[in-house]
Amino acid sequence: MGSYVPNTPSERKSMLNALGLESYAELYADVPASVLLNRPLNLEPGKSELEVRREMRKIADKNRVFTDILRGAGAYDHYIPAVAKSIPQKEEFLTAYTPYQAEMSQGVLQSIFEYQTMICELTGMAVSNASVYDGASAAAEALAMCRDRKRTVSLISEGVNPDVLAVVKSYCFASNHDLRIIPLKDGKTDLDALKELLSDDVSGVFVQQPNFYGIFEDCEAVSALVHERGAMFVMGCNPIALAIIKTPAECGADIATGEGQPLGLPLAYGGPYLGFMAATAKHMRKLPGRIVGQTVDRDGNTAYVLTLQAREQHIRREKASSNICSNQALCALTAAVYMSAMGERGIRDAAMQSMAKAHYLQERLCSIDGVELKYQAPFFHEFLLKMPRAGEILAELEKAGILGGLPVDDGVLWCVTEKVSRETLDRVEAICREVLA
Amino acid sequence: MKLIFENSIEGRGCELLPACDVPAVELPIELRRAVKPKLPQLSEIDITRHYTALSKRAHGVNCGFYPLGSCTMKYNPRIDEEIAALEGFTNIHPLAPAHTVAGCEEVLTRCGEALAEITGMDAMSLQPAAGAHGEFTGLLLIKSYHHSRGDKKRTKIIVPDSAHGTNPASAAMCGFTTVSIPSASDGCVDLNALQAALDDEVAGLMLTNPNTVGLFDKQILKITELVHEAGGLVYYDGANLNAIMGVVRPGDMGFDVVHLNLHKTFATPHGGGGPGSGPVGCKSFLAPFLPASSIKTGKDALQVRSFYGNFLVIVKALTYIMTLGAEGVREAAQNAVLNANYLMKQLEGSFEPAFDNICMHEFVLCLERFKHDTGVSALDVAKAMIDEGIHPPTMYFPLIVHEALMLEPTETESKSTLDDAALVLKRLYQRAFDEPESMHSAPHKAPISRPDEVLAARQPVLRYEFSHE
Amino acid sequence: MLYYAKSHEWVKLNEDETASIGLSDYAQKELGDLVFVNLPMVGDELVAGAVFGDVESVKAVSDVYSPVSGEVTEINEELLDNPALINEAALDAWFVRLNNVESAEGLLTQEEYDAYIASL
Repeated sequence: MGSYVPNTPSERKSMLNALGLESYAELYADVPASVLLNRPLNLEPGKSELEVRREMRKIADKNRVFTDILRGAGAYDHYIPAVAKSIPQKEEFLTAYTPYQAEMSQGVLQSIFEYQTMICELTGMAVSNASVYDGASAAAEALAMCRDRKRTVSLISEGVNPDVLAVVKSYCFASNHDLRIIPLKDGKTDLDALKELLSDDVSGVFVQQPNFYGIFEDCEAVSALVHERGAMFVMGCNPIALAIIKTPAECGADIATGEGQPLGLPLAYGGPYLGFMAATAKHMRKLPGRIVGQTVDRDGNTAYVLTLQAREQHIRREKASSNICSNQALCALTAAVYMSAMGERGIRDAAMQSMAKAHYLQERLCSIDGVELKYQAPFFHEFLLKMPRAGEILAELEKAGILGGLPVDDGVLWCVTEKVSRETLDRVEAICREVLA
Repeated sequence: MKLIFENSIEGRGCELLPACDVPAVELPIELRRAVKPKLPQLSEIDITRHYTALSKRAHGVNCGFYPLGSCTMKYNPRIDEEIAALEGFTNIHPLAPAHTVAGCEEVLTRCGEALAEITGMDAMSLQPAAGAHGEFTGLLLIKSYHHSRGDKKRTKIIVPDSAHGTNPASAAMCGFTTVSIPSASDGCVDLNALQAALDDEVAGLMLTNPNTVGLFDKQILKITELVHEAGGLVYYDGANLNAIMGVVRPGDMGFDVVHLNLHKTFATPHGGGGPGSGPVGCKSFLAPFLPASSIKTGKDALQVRSFYGNFLVIVKALTYIMTLGAEGVREAAQNAVLNANYLMKQLEGSFEPAFDNICMHEFVLCLERFKHDTGVSALDVAKAMIDEGIHPPTMYFPLIVHEALMLEPTETESKSTLDDAALVLKRLYQRAFDEPESMHSAPHKAPISRPDEVLAARQPVLRYEFSHE
Repeated sequence: MLYYAKSHEWVKLNEDETASIGLSDYAQKELGDLVFVNLPMVGDELVAGAVFGDVESVKAVSDVYSPVSGEVTEINEELLDNPALINEAALDAWFVRLNNVESAEGLLTQEEYDAYIASL
């Protein structure tokens, strides 16, 4: 069996003896005999490292690794630079706990401070926290930030990722708050409906940019309507798109959130990902979770610390705005390395290429009889097609090592990133043509 | 040390993407951002050197002793990292068709089953992303259960005053009112206080056992029985499971819901703050309310994050459990307890334990008298440990012990490490009497001396300002 | 007239049923360097003996109770930007001003409060 206990049997015995004990059982004298587990756990026997490697590889091999991925819907297959994989594996980062002891954790703290700065730059917002679990929980936390005693209702666009909607629903059920859904019109958030839903008790409004169908929302108009009625606007953003699109700050958002996975994190069957959250300076103290600040040490040297901690659960307990403590620090570090390696030019390039390739595929596919774009509106790197025999097409693509778009509603939601070559896109077109011929 | 932005040189960068091989598409003007984000412009070597320099100013458990109480900083095996980096796990889209993800499903199923067996629960969801997220989810199960029975008056959650701050905060997020009950003088639950707090408005009790002072609460069966009699459910905070896994199970003690911390008990690295993973287990009558952690589960179930959880963390935990097996899991717990008791014993004659019993996997020192005698505080001792290359223990927690230092050595530390650490602590104990000033000003060898936290909070500087442009 | 509550707030009562409330000097010393205050909103009704705000130090947060009942007419926004004012001169650092004040029972005079804290 494998073990990470370094002490030899004789060392263990001498330690027990030093305590005046003979057996491990005596250490558990306080446990009522009636609840002691008087059998071995029903688990397989332990294994050597080589055996474990074999077995886990066998499990991994049961998954199909696609050469090309044309599916997004909340998880995006962008290119990950080598440094974004190797640097987070450094054991000083990987195996550290939360940086409670600033003197021993300056490296981790500074990396978070740099991450916060990059998120502020990307979103245009004044302050960022050190991350939350994922984009969906970030949306839920952001809507919670908007509420006060008088304004308790949250609004969310029907055009958000379904997981985001489901999570926000759970959080609202938990805290006994009303959640109302703004319907879509032609694939975009219906502004007239929003106007009607904006009652005096609405605290926050969440809209995703681009939305689940890849379509750009008119966030400035949303923002103006929301602010007219004294509520707050939360803008959920794709971070790669942010390199080119109007920022939450430019749109007038009070809080910006998003799924940070596209910033260098692998698809990994859904996690770990990264929720980013940034806000205007006015809402700084309402941000949940860890925040790193710059200060000086006793000798006047620049230093970094976890700050504004009195907002948090370990001090404010039941009055804290959130219970979050562990976040996704290593994913935030990965995102920071990604943003450093790609730079502004690289991320803009990834965004522009993804958008160009998505439009190329959409045009190619729509040139086939019977295939059409469901919503005629500017989109980023995802688009919803109405196409006959979608199941067969996807199966044929799968045979060719290509994961096609996601069946959604009555169509297929496609996503293209910079990773996919024109050659592959042409092949996708050919396969579709063949099936539909 | 310079910030990464201060190393940026206009025009530098890494060549990572080929030229675009399809016609360019223009973004409509009204959608374009006006100001470019100022991200660093660096070559690859600049980036590597920067982060290597940062890593030298950080400390992980794989680098040195890290007895941070209640955080279970055990060695993070390298094989777990290698397995989690396999393309067959990293390169799988969460919405790929079911027949292409049998391996991922097997990971989730096997890990869930193993954790259910270890905790004595009937069902497990691996969706929650961290311990606090697990608490939130577990309390939602309790809420959903009472609501499903039409019992909406149960709005109170009982939490001992020794509990971690997340307990009351999670209860509040679930719309519950927290009722704090005082602990008895032995640090365990005061049965009278519990009984007095129990009524038909109580939804449940949140408890960790071993508790936050490192003791196993002997009256556990009585406690869970009392709560059940009052119609409430009992929640197990798995922060301290490392002491008892394979020896005794929360399910057998009468708990209805548990959350675990894979990043503590199951050796997955904490990454300087996350990602963690906080699976939630429950008895079968609560299973219908459990969030999905696999594509097999219905989508209408409760959902607390996107997809199925921090999957790669779960891969690492399964690798760890597979390595240890039934015997190894128990061996880990036993040696965690042995190591804690051994270290406490080696400190005899210096710092005093808050409770003079056999402890579980951790123990709390009370430095109240020591501070009175020397003027040196628990904080000072913690800071002085940094100069010795040891990560300080958890300080000033639990709140019911004054000048507390909580040490959790874990099973992966050797006798020699514990002997060395005990010598260091005894030396610091003596130094506090001989030269207390040097303790007040510690650390002396760290990259910085003590930071001004008041300044940081009064005048928050939370990002780098590009002031020269 | 200056009075204190046993929960360590001061209240200055005026003849026109207005009042201002702050934290006692003893309290600010006990709490240490304050880094933030949470204040109620103008128009809020404060109830004698009930929490109306809190003060934060780096590692703690403490509730602030109202010694009297009344309606908030003004909050001291300067404290939001500079909570250090409380540490510098607690008796000048008013948190809120009230009108329609109803005096509560059990308020202490300066002498009574001094005797009270000496007994702690």
